[in-house]
Amino acid sequence: MNAALPTSAKASVAFQHRHAAHCESGAISTLVSHAGLPLSEAMAFGLSGALAFAYLPFVKLQGLPLIAYRMPPRAIIRGLAKPLGLKLSFETFRRPEAGQARLDQLLDAGEVVGLQTSVFWLSYFPEDMRFHFNGHNLLVIGREGDDYLISDPVFETPQRCSRADLARARFAKGLLAPKGLLYRVLGVERDGVDPQAVLAAIRRTARAMLAPVPIVGVRAIGLLAKRIAALDPQAPASAAFVGHVVRMQEEIGTGGAGFRFLYAAFLQEAAELCDKPLLAEFSARLLTIGDHWRVFALRAARMLKGREVFDPAALAVLLREQAEREAAFFRDLRGAL
Amino acid sequence: MEFDQVPQEGNRTHAGLRKALYARDAQGRIVTAPSQGWEVEEIVTLQAVDALRQQAEEARARVVAGTASPLEYWMYAQRMDLALLAQASGLWRWRVRRHLRPAVFSRLTPALLARYADALGLTVDQLTRLP
Repeated sequence: MNAALPTSAKASVAFQHRHAAHCESGAISTLVSHAGLPLSEAMAFGLSGALAFAYLPFVKLQGLPLIAYRMPPRAIIRGLAKPLGLKLSFETFRRPEAGQARLDQLLDAGEVVGLQTSVFWLSYFPEDMRFHFNGHNLLVIGREGDDYLISDPVFETPQRCSRADLARARFAKGLLAPKGLLYRVLGVERDGVDPQAVLAAIRRTARAMLAPVPIVGVRAIGLLAKRIAALDPQAPASAAFVGHVVRMQEEIGTGGAGFRFLYAAFLQEAAELCDKPLLAEFSARLLTIGDHWRVFALRAARMLKGREVFDPAALAVLLREQAEREAAFFRDLRGAL
Repeated sequence: MEFDQVPQEGNRTHAGLRKALYARDAQGRIVTAPSQGWEVEEIVTLQAVDALRQQAEEARARVVAGTASPLEYWMYAQRMDLALLAQASGLWRWRVRRHLRPAVFSRLTPALLARYADALGLTVDQLTRLP
């Protein structure tokens, strides 16, 4: 039986902006909550199996390799469809005018709409955070004159963005071009999160992190360590590479621990939901692993700032330890379920 | 991370924006805490921003010296590189590379100039000069 809420009922619920650590888990959890199923950001992140590590030397961002601490964009949104019984709608557009018209139409009907955008063209972002990254997610909650009212999960309060700027951000070209993507939750079939789905998601993440592939999971952390160990401490490009690794973790990631803290929050919630107190212990252990990521970032930053001798080999040792810690963690986690 | 360790050092690249971080509070619950920023993040972000600024300034010097077109300056000023500008404008890389030469750039058709201006979020007038 489909218990989807009709649009008019959705529109009558006041929208609640939420500040999140990550844009995609923040946007979709807020959207699902607005559609009638209360969902935390951490649950959205964990249930979709979004935690990951990937080192992709052949995908270049401004000439530097992609280092991801989570699954690729849209994986969180799509990953929630099955476990929550979501009816989702995705629309992309060839012509910006068509995309704008459709957005206006949905907003005028009282809908809340999720968008994938570039960060660079969003004028409300601080200047120094505006890079050409096309995987940003935000919610549009209405419009006023020539401005859109935006619930951007990364910001504490709702923002405003002009029509022209938002159109540019939605139709930016390049890697992960959003093509005006707008998404909505049309309905939610379940009235809560299924504990079995949570446990299945944890198993899936553990399996992916332990995958026998060199560029994903804990092995990729080891591979990155190797790459860093081989850097020439004298070459200027080496410092740029290390800075990039840390920036992927801090700026593009959720800060401090590359999503480990967020997953720890999920495990804590899962412990209660699934009545498995053991998961709370794993949650605490992952917090510690996250703290070690912070130590790595701090060491690297000190070296880049010249407060400590630039020593890529020492950073590689820290990373290798991280790979071992995470390998043991996910093996134990998988064994415990 | 414990709640009281959530960095509040400030980060000038955030211009007052506070980020949400997950940390463990006194009751042992992992909750979001607004962070004013971490110096580590400021260091690596500024490293990236400065690299882009430097590229733009080097291009500016070349434009002044007559060895590069304003397009090269604006490409870097708008934080793009050759690959991204080619994608954003829908032109082949080799064509964009040619247009970085002042002699070729000065002969561009209004339609091509408009295409670059649009991709870079500028007016044609801005595109053809240095700021």
